[in-house]
Amino acid sequence: MPITKFEKLASPAIPLNIENIDTDQIIPARFLKAVERKGFGDNLFRDWRYDKEGNPVDGFPLNDGRYGGQILIAGDNFGCGSSREHAAWAIYDYGIRVVVSTSFADIFRNNALNCGLLPIKVSGGFLKGAFTAIAAEPAAQFEIDLREQTITNKHTGETEQFDIDGYKKECLLNGYDDVDYLRSIMPEIEAYEARKEL
Amino acid sequence: MGRTLFDKVWDSHVIRHLDGGRDVLYIDRHYIHEVTSPVAFLGLKNRGLKVARPDKTVATADHNVPTVNQHLPVEDPQSKGQLDAFSANCEANGIEHFSLGHPKQGVVHIVGPELGYTLPGMTIVCGDSHTATHGAFGSVAFGVGTTEVEMVFATQCILQPKPKKMRITVNGKLGPGVTAKDVILYVISQITAAGGTEHFIEFAGEAITAMTMEERMTVCNMAIESGARGGLIAPDRTTFEYVRGRENAPEGEAFDRAVEKWKELYTDADAVFDKEYTFDAADIEPMITYGTNPGMGVPVTGTIPAPDGLEGNDLVSYRKSLEYMGFAPGEAMPGKKVDYVFVGSCTNGRIEDFRQFAAAVKGRRKADNITAWLVPGSKLVEKQIYEEGLDKVLNESGFELRQPGCSACLAMNADKVPAGKYAVSTSNRNFEGRQGPGARTLLAGPLVAAAAAVTGVVSDPRVVFNL
Repeated sequence: MPITKFEKLASPAIPLNIENIDTDQIIPARFLKAVERKGFGDNLFRDWRYDKEGNPVDGFPLNDGRYGGQILIAGDNFGCGSSREHAAWAIYDYGIRVVVSTSFADIFRNNALNCGLLPIKVSGGFLKGAFTAIAAEPAAQFEIDLREQTITNKHTGETEQFDIDGYKKECLLNGYDDVDYLRSIMPEIEAYEARKEL
Repeated sequence: MGRTLFDKVWDSHVIRHLDGGRDVLYIDRHYIHEVTSPVAFLGLKNRGLKVARPDKTVATADHNVPTVNQHLPVEDPQSKGQLDAFSANCEANGIEHFSLGHPKQGVVHIVGPELGYTLPGMTIVCGDSHTATHGAFGSVAFGVGTTEVEMVFATQCILQPKPKKMRITVNGKLGPGVTAKDVILYVISQITAAGGTEHFIEFAGEAITAMTMEERMTVCNMAIESGARGGLIAPDRTTFEYVRGRENAPEGEAFDRAVEKWKELYTDADAVFDKEYTFDAADIEPMITYGTNPGMGVPVTGTIPAPDGLEGNDLVSYRKSLEYMGFAPGEAMPGKKVDYVFVGSCTNGRIEDFRQFAAAVKGRRKADNITAWLVPGSKLVEKQIYEEGLDKVLNESGFELRQPGCSACLAMNADKVPAGKYAVSTSNRNFEGRQGPGARTLLAGPLVAAAAAVTGVVSDPRVVFNL
């Protein structure tokens, strides 16, 4: 489905200072039974966010009223494990538009970009500074400019460049859709098939 | 400069290279299952399209199926809804599908190879990260998201940046009682659960080439657990003999012609990798994990490492992991209590795994404290288990077989390990809650699972079974 355009964002961030957050934590398998892309945000981080009885777990950042906004800042190797795009959908559906970490699992990174969620890979220093800023001021603001490929920690004034491939950047800036693009080169694909199947 | 096996397969499938680094990659084989396909089918329908190449698409129900009473209607209404939608979508698009009850149904990564749908040199994707399994044939196989499933439905292509290349060489011969699962758990424990990120791994060396195809599939299957996009192994005589005669493989002269092409699929002597690791098979012992990512593995005779050298966030994550597991640094793995044993999954749910498990437990009794779930990877594996009489061996030792599916590997169906319980599992992930909310998973191979099943605790199979 077409993605929502993204260019700039200024928002506080939700800190999740844990490494190797896998997609089973982001959304457990038992919540993957839907046949439509709807409502996954309700079960985002389900087993960290709620106890067995379904009560919110005190102290989990998503349940902490001091934190909010459209940015999630997490520890290294975010999104490892299962290829379920439901993980990216759940984060997006919850209202998050940007995930910041020092590294992302490859499949998650791709899934995020494909559904309009921007994964930003930052340096260890920037990540540490971001967590420190939020600890000092939970409403600390971060600014993202996709065109300039910059992320700024407004609390410290620190700005860092981030990488994104040119094609995906255009897709996000313009709301382009991969299927439409691939459909537009169908004759080329069919020519390849014809050569291959000779 | 020479090219790697990965370069040869990837490059020959690139239709167009985009500015900014992505390739339009043609996909030879698309496997689908019921969980990651419905939204893609819906997207396709909303565009007014049908699946472009149903002949290149193979479908089986696995993630969400019950593993008992498969002849009865599925009880969970949501699971039933997803399974019904899957069958209906496949039928509407002319895709061959193995729904629940079909004699070829099973875990997608077991069904594909056993039916000869997976062949050397192919590009293969599936909305499942363990698609890496098929790399055992010298194909480029990897997991994709649902948006990409829709891309393949619509155009038989995806858009991906070409990964970097890594080679992992395992020299020498494996010792007695050391399985392919131990090799991959050892490798991940050395390079960590993020060590392969952004790379595609070629596995090489004597210990790898000496493996059967099923063992190679176990190794490639877990390449993703190191963070790699996938793993692959150069096809050789072992590969060709496995493929020969399989239902959907080329036959006769076509097979011979294919083999001549497949023989060109190897890494040139002067090819360069972005990263290389070399290990010695003699250093590998039967392995088990103690933490909540697959990189947290030790020899089954080992102790839980002290967090020496870890600080800050690393230390916090390590402590969180051990707290979840109910373990402490310095504790010995042997003798740790086990409640459940799970044998199955796309990692270790093939006939050789059941032969190995059955041969080990033959003449022994399942420990009273153990609940064992033995889940064949497919209907054909199940059939073979019965034909070989392995079911009798297992029954005499107090074990019962369940029916094919992904089962407790991801606990999407009713096969959930209860909170706080310990499960020795031949599957691939020990993440928090992976096998059920609060469940504690110890990943291992079929022999370590067998040793736990008969002793009731973590044990060295070499000692228990005199290997």
